[in-house]
Amino acid sequence: MVTASWYLILAAGLFTIGAVGLLVRRNPLIMFMCVELMLNAVNLTFITFGRELGDIGGQVSVFFVLVVAAAEVVVGLAIVVAINRRRPQATADDLSVLRG
Amino acid sequence: MSTLVDLVWLIPAFPLAGVLILMALGRRLGEPRAGWLATAMMGGSFIATLLVFIGLVGHEGDERETVLTLFEWVPAGKLAVDIGFLADPLSITMALFVTGVGALIHLYSIGYMHGDADFSRFFIYLNLFAFSMLMLVLGDNLLLTFLGWEGVGACSYLLISFWFTDEANASAGKKAFVTNRVGDWGFLVAMFLAFLTFGSLQYGEIFFDVESNGVAAGTASAIVVLLLVGAAGKSAQFPLHIWLPDAMAGPTPVSALIHAATMVTAGVYLLTRMNPIIAEAHGWVPDLIMWVGLGTALMAATIAVAQNDIKKVLAYSTVSQLGFMFVAVGSGAYVAAIFHMVTHAFFKALLFLGAGSVIHGMDGDQDIRRYGGLARLLPITSMTFVAGWLAIAGVPPFSGFWSKDEILAYAYGENKVLWVLLLATAILTAFYMTRLVLMTFFGPPRWISGDAAGDVEAGDAVGTAAPDKAAPPHRHPHESPWTMTIPLVVLAGLAMVAGVFNLPFTSDVHFLGNWLKPSLFGNEGHLPFGGGTQWVLALVAIVGSLGGVSAGAAVYIRRRIDPARIEHPFLARAWRIDEIVTNFMGGPGRRAFERTTQFDEQVVDGAVNATGTLIRRAGSRLRVSQSGLVRSYALGIAIGAVALLAWFISRAGF
Repeated sequence: MVTASWYLILAAGLFTIGAVGLLVRRNPLIMFMCVELMLNAVNLTFITFGRELGDIGGQVSVFFVLVVAAAEVVVGLAIVVAINRRRPQATADDLSVLRG
Repeated sequence: MSTLVDLVWLIPAFPLAGVLILMALGRRLGEPRAGWLATAMMGGSFIATLLVFIGLVGHEGDERETVLTLFEWVPAGKLAVDIGFLADPLSITMALFVTGVGALIHLYSIGYMHGDADFSRFFIYLNLFAFSMLMLVLGDNLLLTFLGWEGVGACSYLLISFWFTDEANASAGKKAFVTNRVGDWGFLVAMFLAFLTFGSLQYGEIFFDVESNGVAAGTASAIVVLLLVGAAGKSAQFPLHIWLPDAMAGPTPVSALIHAATMVTAGVYLLTRMNPIIAEAHGWVPDLIMWVGLGTALMAATIAVAQNDIKKVLAYSTVSQLGFMFVAVGSGAYVAAIFHMVTHAFFKALLFLGAGSVIHGMDGDQDIRRYGGLARLLPITSMTFVAGWLAIAGVPPFSGFWSKDEILAYAYGENKVLWVLLLATAILTAFYMTRLVLMTFFGPPRWISGDAAGDVEAGDAVGTAAPDKAAPPHRHPHESPWTMTIPLVVLAGLAMVAGVFNLPFTSDVHFLGNWLKPSLFGNEGHLPFGGGTQWVLALVAIVGSLGGVSAGAAVYIRRRIDPARIEHPFLARAWRIDEIVTNFMGGPGRRAFERTTQFDEQVVDGAVNATGTLIRRAGSRLRVSQSGLVRSYALGIAIGAVALLAWFISRAGF
């Protein structure tokens, strides 16, 4: 029997992979994918709790997250492409011109 | 029934329209049409005032008070100030002579300002002045009165320094403005205090509050004393009188309209309007008003004796007559104060306009030592001037006699010493006015070339207001055009007969007194003696004024006494008050101001600058944390999220 905790453990695992990836990888594109992973881990949690508690609110929240994520992808990927054009092979640590 | 009174808004609307039209089209209208437009506006305003007056007369005695509110002006919390007009006997009396005398002086100015490059600008200012003065008089609350109060002050400044290319005129304007500012401070603080006490600035509400709830004598005294400071500034009372004689640097119609007939009476009007508060104040407050008035009247009269500039004599005479009005207000004789204000407006406007006509005829020369024998050459001017002279000297049956006698009677009832000093002032008034008339219109002509050139030089150092045109060697004095003489004739007629407004014989002919009753709320004083004493007092006053006139004649025609012994330099220098003020302001005053500047620069500015410096330093320390590394920001966010989570979990307490 697959209970809710399975889904939650899977979500926690995905989230951790995303968070650690965001902190340790330097390729902007990879970091970007890590953020998406974290978002989808959260979505999974939402759906799990929504089903468990019989509350449609969980699914509604997921749609909001999806919309925001889509918007974020549009802007984020555009930035990644722009950076790659100007400075090929640049890592996230190289992009620190705005430091104080 | 009340339709005519509702026209009250038209009274200030006419001059305001004049200002706007002249501002837009003044230059294109040019001379003399700009002047005629302004005069027509004043005429319209006068007619509107007359209609309102007729409307008010139609009301019953107690209902002669109408408030017309146009719109809410300042809605700020508890403070609600409306643009509203108060039409009651007092305000309409003021408005009548402001617009009436104003219209005549506008007409006169068309002739007087002939050929001036800034002809239309002059009439903009004159109309703006009339508008401000009418707002002052008709406003139904203290703030609206203050608006007019500041407006007339600004117009006074603009008109004194009308010929601003001359340094002396410009600084005379500044002096008037700054001196008035001291008075305005008093008015402002009085207004704050009134709002604090009564919660309203509207006259009706304040007086209702005083009537129903009363007011502490201390508060009322403070308000009245502060208002007295304001009134002393505007009405040129000691020690704030110093600006008025210098204000004569402006064109003569301005001196007549603003600095003699109307604006300077604003202080008397304000104190009369606030009579219910004065009635609640401590007993020493009216006494203070009275003694300030007396001191000013006496001092200015002694100064006027020794002045040689025709306009300065009249200026000090104005200060002195305003002192009479303050004495009247202080002794509770509000009717006498307003009565004297009205008669004074007539005869002093007449005297100033006459002086202007003489100056016009003498090509701008203002020194009476260079006049003499002008009666034959300026027949209308001299005839009307003589009427004004008899009125101000207090010779019956001219108007000044009646009003001055009433003030003297009340002074006698108040305090015998006061009466004696005031009578002495009246005698001095007769004396110096006789001197002025004799030196100007009679005796040998002293304006024929070269004559008296030697003894003139000494005087120029004392009298300012040097003639604006260089004196030609030989003059041809001439009568003025009809636009100037008609106002003279009308004012002379009024100065002769205005006494009938308020005859003392029975209460039925005490017209002004009966008319003003609703505005005075029963605070008008009563003479503590009967008709017999009044007759004796009147006789003494007549003897006094005739004595003053004959003393003047003895000195200046028969030369019984050398005039130089009377015209003491101390008096010619106006008791050295200007020097004292200059020394004080230049010495301790200046040091105090410098100390204040230092405080401002170091403490106030220092606090502001220190705040800025502190924040900038803190910023430069903190900027190090902005490394620009995205992953370290992400780490910060992660740590923060974990910390928050840990905190929530610990609170939840599993």
